[in-house]
Amino acid sequence: MSEPIIQIKNLHSRYGTREILKGINLDVYKDETLVILGRSGCGKSTLLRHIIGLQKQSQGDIFVKGVNMARASDAERDEVLKKSGMLFQGAALFNSMTVGDNVALPLVEHTPLEPSTIEIMTRMKLELVGLSGFESFMPAQLSGGMKKRAALARALAMDPDILFCDEPSAGLDPIVAAGIDYLILKLKRAFKMTIMVVTHELASVFLIADRIALLDDGQVIFLGTREDMKNSSNPKIIQFLQRQPDEEVVDRELYLNSLIGTKYL
Amino acid sequence: MDLKVNVEHVAKAAVVHIEGEVDLYSSKKVREEIMRLTNARTRIIVIDLASVKYMDSSGVATLIEGLQQSRKYDGRFSLAALQPNVREVFELTRLDRVFEIHIDWKSALENPTP
Repeated sequence: MSEPIIQIKNLHSRYGTREILKGINLDVYKDETLVILGRSGCGKSTLLRHIIGLQKQSQGDIFVKGVNMARASDAERDEVLKKSGMLFQGAALFNSMTVGDNVALPLVEHTPLEPSTIEIMTRMKLELVGLSGFESFMPAQLSGGMKKRAALARALAMDPDILFCDEPSAGLDPIVAAGIDYLILKLKRAFKMTIMVVTHELASVFLIADRIALLDDGQVIFLGTREDMKNSSNPKIIQFLQRQPDEEVVDRELYLNSLIGTKYL
Repeated sequence: MDLKVNVEHVAKAAVVHIEGEVDLYSSKKVREEIMRLTNARTRIIVIDLASVKYMDSSGVATLIEGLQQSRKYDGRFSLAALQPNVREVFELTRLDRVFEIHIDWKSALENPTP
């Protein structure tokens, strides 16, 4: 296996007193698609936000292409991020701008390219995601799946070598969601990008992942290939794969306390 | 590695020899040379990519611009000596069907069509 392009070492993260990530260690290798799988609230998106520097960790280190993202200068961090694309969960397009202007924005902001070159590049990226001819549309005129595609085109604007996708198929019907998955597969084959996808959609996982990291309660409880996962005897993995709900454990006193609060005790 | 762009005039043709990586920050230099030639309505322009191991979409877009400009005056704009990585980019974007592509710059001058 090649050198890791992302290294996460003993990452801890908190929201107030609540610890979300409890010592994550994870390497992501060049050109692989690593899927971070886990149930809602397990810390998947938080992990992604740490890697791209949107959130500061309470402990631990994240290296992207050898740069310690928490300790690097703004210039060093920017250099890494310019070559990283991010597809946000809600697409995060600017609603007051056309689709074309949304895709062009990173190029206008960060490169010395001429407007005519940017215009051609924008059309190339939209063609790539199947939105050829939509550059003058406003985001409000697009369906959910098209918005995701437009956001993907924007994430690809700077020819990133690492692409991060946060719940790419969230809120989409299964057919549109599958379309996004196949698009991610195509991009990976075409551009040899390292792709990190956060999702809880099993269908996506088994389609696009080279390796899977299963997060549970802020920790990586499994790391391996799709086959490793299918063959695992870990009860939590089996529960996830078979989509079984948690067992309902009712402690009468705890339940009562949760309803009345502690001030009456 | 710094990008080098050298224009060689051979009869009525101009051969643009490019050396280095053509990316978001260097492709402007390629564009300047190409635009200088298309503004002068150079009849035959050959882009020699023998020493280009990497080209991103800004480089590809720059070449599309060159092709677009030369077509305005019926000029010939072709590419030569695409290295495997660069050829792959053209194939994936289906631009290998749009550009006239030759094995090297000399055959581009000798044979108008590949």
